[in-house]
Amino acid sequence: MDVQRAPRSVDHSLWRTRLGLAADRLRENWAAFVRARVGVIGLAVIIFYALLAAAHPVLMSTVWDESIYDPVVGYSFDETRQPAPPSLRHPLGTDPLGRDILSQLMFSARSEFMLGLLAAVVTVCIGTMVGAAAAYFGGIVDTILMRLADIMIMMPGISVLIVLSALIGVEHLELGLIIGVLSGFGGTGVVLKSQALSVVVKPYIQAARVAGGGPLHIILVHVVPNLLPLSFLYMMFTVTSAIFSEAVLSFLGLLDIRMSWGLMIHTTESAGYLTQVTEAWWLIFPASLSITLLCSSFYLVGRSLDEVVNPRLRRA
Amino acid sequence: MSERSGDAEALGGGRSPGPVLAVEGLTMHYSTRAGVVRAVDGVSFSVGKGQALGLVGESGCGKSSLALTLLKLLPENAQILSGRILLDGMDIVPLPEERMREYRWSRIAMVFQAAMNSLNPVYRVGEQIIEALEVHVESAREESLRRVRELYDLVNLDPSLIMRYPHEYSGGMKQRAVIAMALACEPDVVIADEPTTALDVIVQDHILREMKNVRAELGMSMIYVSHDMAVIAEVSDMVGVMYAGRLVELGSTVDVFRDPIHPYTRALTSAFPSVTGEKHELTVLPGEPPNMIDPPSGCRFHPRCPYATDPCRSETPPIVRRGGHWAACWNPTGEGA
Amino acid sequence: MQTDGSRPLLRVDGLSKRFPVSPVWYRRSNSFVHAVDGVSFEVARGESFGLVGESGCGKTTTGKLLVRLMDPTCGRIVFDDGDEGPVDVSTLKGKPLKRFRRKAQMIFQDPYESMNPRRTVFDTIVEPLKVQRMGSHLDRLDRVLRMLGLVGLTPARTFLFRYPHELSGGQRQRVAIARAMVIEPSFVVADEPISMLDVSVRAGVMRLMEDLAARLEIGYLYITHDLAAARHTCSRIAVMYLGKIVEIGETETVLQSPKHPYTQALLSAVPVPDPTVTRPPVRIRGGVSPSLDPPARCRFYDRCPIADDFCRDNEHPPLQDKSSGQMASCYRV
Repeated sequence: MDVQRAPRSVDHSLWRTRLGLAADRLRENWAAFVRARVGVIGLAVIIFYALLAAAHPVLMSTVWDESIYDPVVGYSFDETRQPAPPSLRHPLGTDPLGRDILSQLMFSARSEFMLGLLAAVVTVCIGTMVGAAAAYFGGIVDTILMRLADIMIMMPGISVLIVLSALIGVEHLELGLIIGVLSGFGGTGVVLKSQALSVVVKPYIQAARVAGGGPLHIILVHVVPNLLPLSFLYMMFTVTSAIFSEAVLSFLGLLDIRMSWGLMIHTTESAGYLTQVTEAWWLIFPASLSITLLCSSFYLVGRSLDEVVNPRLRRA
Repeated sequence: MSERSGDAEALGGGRSPGPVLAVEGLTMHYSTRAGVVRAVDGVSFSVGKGQALGLVGESGCGKSSLALTLLKLLPENAQILSGRILLDGMDIVPLPEERMREYRWSRIAMVFQAAMNSLNPVYRVGEQIIEALEVHVESAREESLRRVRELYDLVNLDPSLIMRYPHEYSGGMKQRAVIAMALACEPDVVIADEPTTALDVIVQDHILREMKNVRAELGMSMIYVSHDMAVIAEVSDMVGVMYAGRLVELGSTVDVFRDPIHPYTRALTSAFPSVTGEKHELTVLPGEPPNMIDPPSGCRFHPRCPYATDPCRSETPPIVRRGGHWAACWNPTGEGA
Repeated sequence: MQTDGSRPLLRVDGLSKRFPVSPVWYRRSNSFVHAVDGVSFEVARGESFGLVGESGCGKTTTGKLLVRLMDPTCGRIVFDDGDEGPVDVSTLKGKPLKRFRRKAQMIFQDPYESMNPRRTVFDTIVEPLKVQRMGSHLDRLDRVLRMLGLVGLTPARTFLFRYPHELSGGQRQRVAIARAMVIEPSFVVADEPISMLDVSVRAGVMRLMEDLAARLEIGYLYITHDLAAARHTCSRIAVMYLGKIVEIGETETVLQSPKHPYTQALLSAVPVPDPTVTRPPVRIRGGVSPSLDPPARCRFYDRCPIADDFCRDNEHPPLQDKSSGQMASCYRV
C-alpha cells in the first residue's frame, strides 16, 4: 500500500471537494510528467512555437509594414538580390520571391497548430466512441466498425490525400478532418477498442449493469474515462502525423493553401534552391527544422504522457 | 515423517548436527519511491533433512519475499541487509550471482505461486524441463529425456504429455509439471509458494498428497508458503507464522495448532470455518494488515491485538517458549498464560 | 423449504444457459457448452442459499442469470418479494427489468476490480441510486453516509472521497457491499465475496454480510467453492457439477451425511486445520472438463467411483428425495 494523503472530508461543499481532488490528481500527474524529462523539453518547444504564432498578428499591426512583411504578397524592396541572406531587417532572410521568411514561419505556425489540433480532436472523438462501442456491444456493431477500420488502415494515407486533393480543393480544414477521420476510424479506433475490451470485462461494469445502468451510462461513465489517457496519447501522435502529412502535400504543391512550412520548402524547390544548401541555407532550414521540431515535440509529450497514464512504465 | 526429536533440535536454531537450511536474523528491505518496505525483518528458523516447514501469513506479510530471498531471486530494489542463509552450513548471502546459479535449482529449488504462468507457452513442457536440467547436469539428450520420464512418473503425469505445449495441460497438470521441474536436479530443499492456491479442492488434495509422497521418497526438505492454515496443518511438520515481516510463532505443527501462544496465531486458527466438527463462532480481528513502510512500533500486531498492553506498543516482545514451540509476545495466550 | 408457508422470494425452474462454441454472431454454431443445464431451486425471503462447486461447474453463470447479467437459454426465474406480484425475470426487458434491478444486486469476487479506479467511494456507492433516479442529491449523500457507517467504514465522511487505490482489499469489498445494499434490495447474489480477502479480514466481512441480511431482510445466493464458508453462512446449499445440481438440502445434513458420490469426494478433499487428523484419500481422479455437447448420461459418470452399466445407459439421474428433504441425483444411492 502506498502512503495515504490526508483524507479529504466533506466539511465544505461537495463541488469544492471534487475540485480539490481533481487538482490533487493533476498535481500528481504533472509530477510524473516532469519526472519523465523529455516531455518537458517537448512542451517547451510547443510553447515556443505557440508564442511565435501568437506574436505574428501583433507584429504585423505594429512594427512590420504590411506591404513588405505580408507572408504571401509582401515584397522586400530594400534588397537588391532575392533571396537575400539574413539581415537586421529580415532576421531569417527573404525567399526567392522577396518575402520575409520569419514572417512566413510565424504565420504558418498558427495554421499548423490549428490543423494538428483539429485532426487530433476529430481522431480522439471518433476513436474513443468507435473503440468503446465496438468493445461494449460486440457482435454486429463490432464487426462493422472493425471492417471499416480495416479499410481505413489498408488505404495508404498520403496517396489517398493526393487523390483527394486532386479531385477537390483541400485546405487546412478539410485536411484536418480527413486525417482525423482516417485515424479515428482506423488505427486509433482499433487501439482504443483493445483497451476498451479490457475495461468492459471488469466487474464494475457488471455492477453498473446490475444497478440498472444502460449502455450510454456505462460507456460514458465507465468506459470512456478509462480510455481517455490512452486516447490523449494518440491525440499527440495524430498531431505529429497531421503536421507531417501537410508538409508532404504542400511540398508536392497539392494543397489549396496560402502559406505553410511545406509550401515554403516547395517555393525553395521550384526556384531551384533546394540542393544549394550552402548558398541559400536560410531558405531550407527554418521551415524544415520547424517541421521536425514541432512534430518531435508532440511525440515527446506523447511519450511522457504514456509514462503518466501507464504506471507500469514509471520507475519505482 | 520426521521424528519429534529432530523437530525439537531444529527449534534450537541451528545447533542440531546439520539442518539442511538454517536462516539466522535475515532482514530484507525493498526501497521504493514511497519509502523502505521492511518485507523481511530478523527472521530465523531452520529446516532439518526431510522436514517440511510451513510458513503461514496474510498477503503482504513477507512470506513470499522470504521465499525469494532464500533463493536470492530478488528484484533490483531489494537488499539483504543482514543475516545468514546457511545451506548445509555454508552461508549463501555473500555469494556472487554466478556462484549462486550453481546452487539454485540443484540444491534449492522453487515452485512458484503463479505456476500456471511460469511455463513458457511457446515451448514444449518437456523441453523446458530438459533445459532446466541441462544447466546443471551435462548429459546426452536421451539421458535427459529418460530423467524427465522418471520425473513425470514421480508426479503422476502421463509421459505422453512430455512433448506437448503448456496450453494442452490442465491447471493441475501444469502444477505437476512445474513441481517436476523443481525436482529435476534432486534439490535438498524445495520451496513451494502457494502451490495449490489456484486449484480446485480435489486437484489440490491430489497434488498435496503427491508432494508429500515425493518428499518421503526422495528424503528432501520442503518449505510450504501459504495463507491457508488448513493446508499447512496437513502437509508440514513445523509451522512458522509470519506477521508484518516478522516470524511471530514457530514450532511443531501439532503444538502450534493445539496450543497457540501468539494471539495472532490463535486468531488465525479460529478465523477459519471448518467443514467438520463443531460449528464455532468465528473470531473477528479488527483492522487490516499493517502498512509495511511504516509498521507499528513494539509488537507489530498490537493495534489489532485484543490483549495489547503498554509494553506491546513500545517494546519488541520477548520470546516465550512452551513445549515444542515459541512465540514473540508480551501477553502469551493459552495453557501457560 | 419456505419460511412461514409464504411464497419463496425466488423460484428457479429448469434454468439453462448454453454458449455457442463459435463466438461469431453471423455463424450458427452446432456445438454448445452447457454451462447451466436445467437447474431448479428456491430461495426464501431472508434466507442464505449456497451454491457450491468447483470452477467451471456453472455456479457463477447461474448467479449472473439470476440478476440478468446474462439471458437464459430457457427456464423460468420467478421473483416475488411481496411488493408487486410475482414476475418472471428470465424474459424481462426495458422498464420492468430496470425496476427489477432495484430488488436484485450482486457482489463480486475481486475487490480490486469491482471498483472503477477513476471513481471515488461516493461515486461508486451512489451509482445505483443515480441510475435509478432515487432521491435528491442530498438524500443520496445521506444514504451513502449511512451505508458507509453500516459497512463499518467510519468515520464515513473521511471515506467518501477516497479512490480505490487508497483502500485495502477488505475496505474495497465493504464498499462493494455498500453499493449492492444502498438501494435496499431484497435479493443479493454474492459471488465468492471473501475468497480474495486476507484471512484475518474474512471473518469480519462474513459477519457484516450476515448482519446486513438480518437487518435489511435480504435473501442471498451465496456462490462459493469453499464448503467451510458455505457451512458457516448458508442454511441450505446446492452442490453443482458440470451445470447440474447434483445434491441439495439443509447445509448441516448435506455436509454431515452427503449422499452423492461427488459431494462425498468434494467434502473429503477439504483440508482440515488440525494436524492430528488424517483424511482418507479422495476417491475420484482428475479435474473438471467443460461440458461441450455432453452425452445424455450422468454427468459424473466418467469420474464416479461407484458408477455401473445402468448409469452409462440411462439419462442423467433426476434429483430424488434421499432422506427428509435432502435431494441427490444419483441412481446408486
